[in-house]
Amino acid sequence: MSASKPYGLLAEFDKPADVMHAAEEVRDAGYKVWDVHTPYPIHGMDEAMGLKNSKVGWFSFIGGVTGYTSGMLLIWWTNAVDYKILIGGKPMFSPFGAFPPSYELTILFGAFGALLGMLFLNRLPRLNHPLLKHDRFKLVTHDKYFIVIETADPKYSPKETRELLEKLGSKRIELVEE
Amino acid sequence: MSDAAAIPANFKVQAPPVELEREVLVNKQRDIGWLSDRVASVIEGKTPWWWWAMMIPSLILYGAMGAMVCYQISVGVGVWGNSHPVMWGWDIINFVWWIGIGHAGTLISAILFLLRQKWRTSINRASEAMTIFAVMCAGIYPALHVGRIWYDWYLFPIPNSNDIWPQFRSPLMWDVFAVSTYFTVSVLFWFMGLIPDLAVMRDRAKTKVRKFAYGLFSFGWTGSNRHWSNYEKAYLLLAGLSTPLVLSVHSIVSLDFAVSQLPGWHTTIFPPYFVAGAVFSGFGMVLTLLIPLRTLCKLEDIITMRHIDLMCKVVLATGSIVGYAYIMELFIAWYSGSPYERYAFLNRISGPYYWGYLWMFLPNVIIPQLFWFKWCRSRLWFIFIMSLIVNIGMWFERFVIIVTSLHRDFLPANWGWYSPTWVDILMFLGTFGQFFTLFLLFMRFIPMIAICEVKAITPQADPHHPLGGAKDGGHH
Repeated sequence: MSASKPYGLLAEFDKPADVMHAAEEVRDAGYKVWDVHTPYPIHGMDEAMGLKNSKVGWFSFIGGVTGYTSGMLLIWWTNAVDYKILIGGKPMFSPFGAFPPSYELTILFGAFGALLGMLFLNRLPRLNHPLLKHDRFKLVTHDKYFIVIETADPKYSPKETRELLEKLGSKRIELVEE
Repeated sequence: MSDAAAIPANFKVQAPPVELEREVLVNKQRDIGWLSDRVASVIEGKTPWWWWAMMIPSLILYGAMGAMVCYQISVGVGVWGNSHPVMWGWDIINFVWWIGIGHAGTLISAILFLLRQKWRTSINRASEAMTIFAVMCAGIYPALHVGRIWYDWYLFPIPNSNDIWPQFRSPLMWDVFAVSTYFTVSVLFWFMGLIPDLAVMRDRAKTKVRKFAYGLFSFGWTGSNRHWSNYEKAYLLLAGLSTPLVLSVHSIVSLDFAVSQLPGWHTTIFPPYFVAGAVFSGFGMVLTLLIPLRTLCKLEDIITMRHIDLMCKVVLATGSIVGYAYIMELFIAWYSGSPYERYAFLNRISGPYYWGYLWMFLPNVIIPQLFWFKWCRSRLWFIFIMSLIVNIGMWFERFVIIVTSLHRDFLPANWGWYSPTWVDILMFLGTFGQFFTLFLLFMRFIPMIAICEVKAITPQADPHHPLGGAKDGGHH
């Protein structure tokens, strides 16, 4: 382990209110490359971290528009252009009859957009992560809360960052290696 | 800290007054670590005897289904009771019944999420699994009932040498798109909800196989708030997309009937009536599954009596909507002035299949009214029996709609009689084998409660609640 680079400082907290308070302080101290890790999504943490609204909606929107358009075009082209069959005197193409499948495709592509957009924005799936090698960090899915300030942060300093986290009430601060 | 000045120094964060505090959703103030331990213990402990006691008969029935499917494919649809004039028999009854059951899962995971019903978190995972497995059972029937199943791919717009395309003016094609979208989106929603919970299992895993499998499927989840932020938005979007989806699927299933000219089918009330019935039967099935499981898996503190009570109320509400639809259907049949329409309904009530109508009307409309009484909503054995009655009633609803409408249409010369064959019966029992086999595998290997979602609704998890560590003076 001694040869590897440090990844960041990992500070552990016991209560959601403590980690939320700490996150606000880290935000106000001007750190940029840092994160809060929690067992479940904490309402209000985005504001506490100063995060902007998630962009997943755009992926879903583009997916939905693609789905609706491709459904309509598919039905129009197959039934009214490529191979016309007159059935019961119905029009070759009617937006009403074509609506149900296009509506379903809107939802289908929109849902894929939401899930794949989420994974893309989160850069998931990934098979390894410096934090996942850390034994204590396993509690993040159990009942502990963590703040990680990465060494990549321009404001990172081994001493001052550790002091800040100590001041914020973390009882256990460790250096995580790559 | 920007708001700190606005909060007076003596401000105290207090628990809500007792009279305003809602009944808790997790009993005994269990902390969030306990929730992980409890739910994971269903997977980590020794396989209980009752699991095998249910798995073995399920597997036998599943095998019987496989045999019946092979028999049907090799001999033809004639092995079923379907014949002129009832060309849709148990196959379509069972298709509609299973797909209806699926609807509760999406209702719980999507609509109750949009309505901010926090109690959904304890039951959504199992109900979504139920949805997926029910749709898998449903899907067998339309695939088989075409007879020559090797032409099933004609249902999809795949270019072929005959240059023939699916005919999109038929509601049967709409159904293909509705059901396959429903299945796919349900799986996506279910899987996305699972990612953080599989990470819980990964971090607890002791064996190599578990570490690898849970690690692989949890996608490297670290609980990062930057990830949660996108995740929550995607979850909201999927809920928002699944809501119109669930309403459309059974509407489109109902259009398979309503778009035809047949008396008894050709009605505009079908879409909302089918959706209400689907949710009604789905909640019946959720109760059938969860009442025994909460005891067997010791989940009473997570699936509490309050959850059961609320589900009974949903059954009551949707059962009443179904009852309204039945009565409105009768009224419209009379009011339409069409002699065929009037006869179709008179024949349902007093014709040779009158017992089907009784088995539909009593269990779906009259008996669920007992849930008005608190006594009935707080006795588990009673609710369990009720849930079975609801499922039987809803099966008979589809029987009545399909068989009684088809067996006597416009011309008496076309009239006939329908009864199922042993293949119909064994195949239907076999779908239960498939359903329970999949469900038992699910509950043994995948967290059957959405651990992270239940954690998030406990007071211990709320940074604004004293149990979550909120202190005097607030924290903003």
